[in-house]
Amino acid sequence: MTLNTASVAPSAGLSETGLFQRFLWNFTDTFVVMRRNLYAYQRQPELLVFATIQPVIFLLLFTYVFGGAISFSTGGDYINFLLPGIIIQTILFASANTTVGLSVDLSKGVIDRFRSLPMSRAAVLAGRTSADTLRGLFTVLIMIVAGYIIGFRFEDWGSGLLGLALAVAFGYAVTWISATIGLFVKDPEAAQVAGFIWLFPLTFASSIFVPTRTMTADWLRTFAENQPVSVVANTVRDLMTGTVNPDEIVISLLWIAGIVAVFLPMAVWRYARVASR
Amino acid sequence: MSINHAIVAEEVVKHFGDVKALDGVSLAAEQGKVLSLLGPNGAGKTTLVRILTTLLKPDSGGVRVGGLDVLRQKQHVREIIGLAGQNAAVDEILTGRENLVMVGRLYHMPRRDAKNRAQELLEQFSLTDAADRPVKTYSGGMRRRLDLAASIVARPNILFLDEPTTGLDPRTRIVMWDTIRTLVSDGTTLLLTTQYLEEADELADKIVVIDHGHVIAEGTADALKANMAADFIDITVANPQQTAKASQLLQSLSDESPHTDEQRGHVSIAVESGAQSIAEVVRLLDAQSVSIAELNLRRPSLNDVFLSITGHEIVEEEAKPKRRGFGRRRSA
Repeated sequence: MTLNTASVAPSAGLSETGLFQRFLWNFTDTFVVMRRNLYAYQRQPELLVFATIQPVIFLLLFTYVFGGAISFSTGGDYINFLLPGIIIQTILFASANTTVGLSVDLSKGVIDRFRSLPMSRAAVLAGRTSADTLRGLFTVLIMIVAGYIIGFRFEDWGSGLLGLALAVAFGYAVTWISATIGLFVKDPEAAQVAGFIWLFPLTFASSIFVPTRTMTADWLRTFAENQPVSVVANTVRDLMTGTVNPDEIVISLLWIAGIVAVFLPMAVWRYARVASR
Repeated sequence: MSINHAIVAEEVVKHFGDVKALDGVSLAAEQGKVLSLLGPNGAGKTTLVRILTTLLKPDSGGVRVGGLDVLRQKQHVREIIGLAGQNAAVDEILTGRENLVMVGRLYHMPRRDAKNRAQELLEQFSLTDAADRPVKTYSGGMRRRLDLAASIVARPNILFLDEPTTGLDPRTRIVMWDTIRTLVSDGTTLLLTTQYLEEADELADKIVVIDHGHVIAEGTADALKANMAADFIDITVANPQQTAKASQLLQSLSDESPHTDEQRGHVSIAVESGAQSIAEVVRLLDAQSVSIAELNLRRPSLNDVFLSITGHEIVEEEAKPKRRGFGRRRSA
């Protein structure tokens, strides 16, 4: 069949869109989708409330229940050891939300709408990961307030905030892992489990709650000392307590960049292939 | 072919594992016209729409929309099409207005334009009262209207509606038909899938009948009916136990065997000329004292068309064995 396309020319202006404009759309589209996801938190405040209360409970439990025992091995005030760690834990757990949120989106028709629009392919994902990162930041700020109430102190605010920024950047990287998982596990209820399960060993076999040198098995200690959660948690802690050395910042940033470099493309690739029904 | 086609599919094949969803489907929608893709559940309608709208990649075959190659120019195709799916693709948490503004923004309309367009559509689709309520409070009909509104935010030249009225009550369905008619009156090309014969009949300039991934017939509603060149006489016998007897008696009037429904006492026969046969029907049945409760003469419906081509009714019952290879296989 030959096709006369003379009068079915696509609407004018299609090919006039420059590459730079298309590049910018990655960000504006991400912003639009991010706002949509933030609306969701705004409309379901109970989500935000519980997401905030849970880490505060962790903070109090660890400080007052385990703090006495653990402080023998940390030296000094356990709260100064714990709070930077628990910030990382909070941010990791918040990223599970990305898995659940994406799989819920995928189970609904709205993802078909997104995919049929001339929007940036990455924006649906980036809008989700950035909204969840912002939510993580909000929770962490509340944690710091709670920490200050029970005796935590930044060594100095400048490097303290730098530590906070590093923690949030790490959280952002981790949301891309969560996004990838969410795109593989399409069932929202399975995602509920899948979003969390991998976080437990990474969170607890790390330097978040206890110094890794106190771990009893060699293999575990080796793992715990070298895995990214410990690396970043140590760096954040050192920034907040004023004992940082530049090398650990570089290594942390490399981990963050590495995670994004692997999982962002993987998530985008997967997203392009996922048919929602 | 010298006609301008806004939508073209050529020998499209798509398998899902062992299931052949589409087995070489070809069709072409003339620009500015309404093409209806008619078929039962599982015929492959949604799969074809998803392929035409860049959501799914075919295993083989070619698809062009608005003169663009759908497989190679996805992003450009997305700029000129609108899609409303069978599950209303709107965001439940957002309000109706926010949904429309978001879609406008994702078409890269300036914020003010997106807002104005949203207001315009809310008015056009009678959603102004509910505009600022979350969509999760909407009724099914309101969601469909919002979904339809979202699909035309960017005033697409080519619109795809996948079963736009499935699951709606009859009254809402008629309102939707009016809305759809208005939408396409300005020259928009529409591809509409449906399992309702009545809907295709009401809205379409051309109908493509699809079953088990094959195009089994195409043409205007009238042409499809005319092919049958027959009238139908529907009889309801007073005593349903006499259904088989009535069917036997009337066999001689028709080339095709009568269709019967023993529970309701229905017998339906295709005849060359209804006016002439009707007296014969009465005489035959009366002679054997089969009393008639109801007698109707009618032109064939699309359901009859479907039945005569495929050998089964268009609305398939659950777990009915799949039949293949009935009737002609058309390739356009």
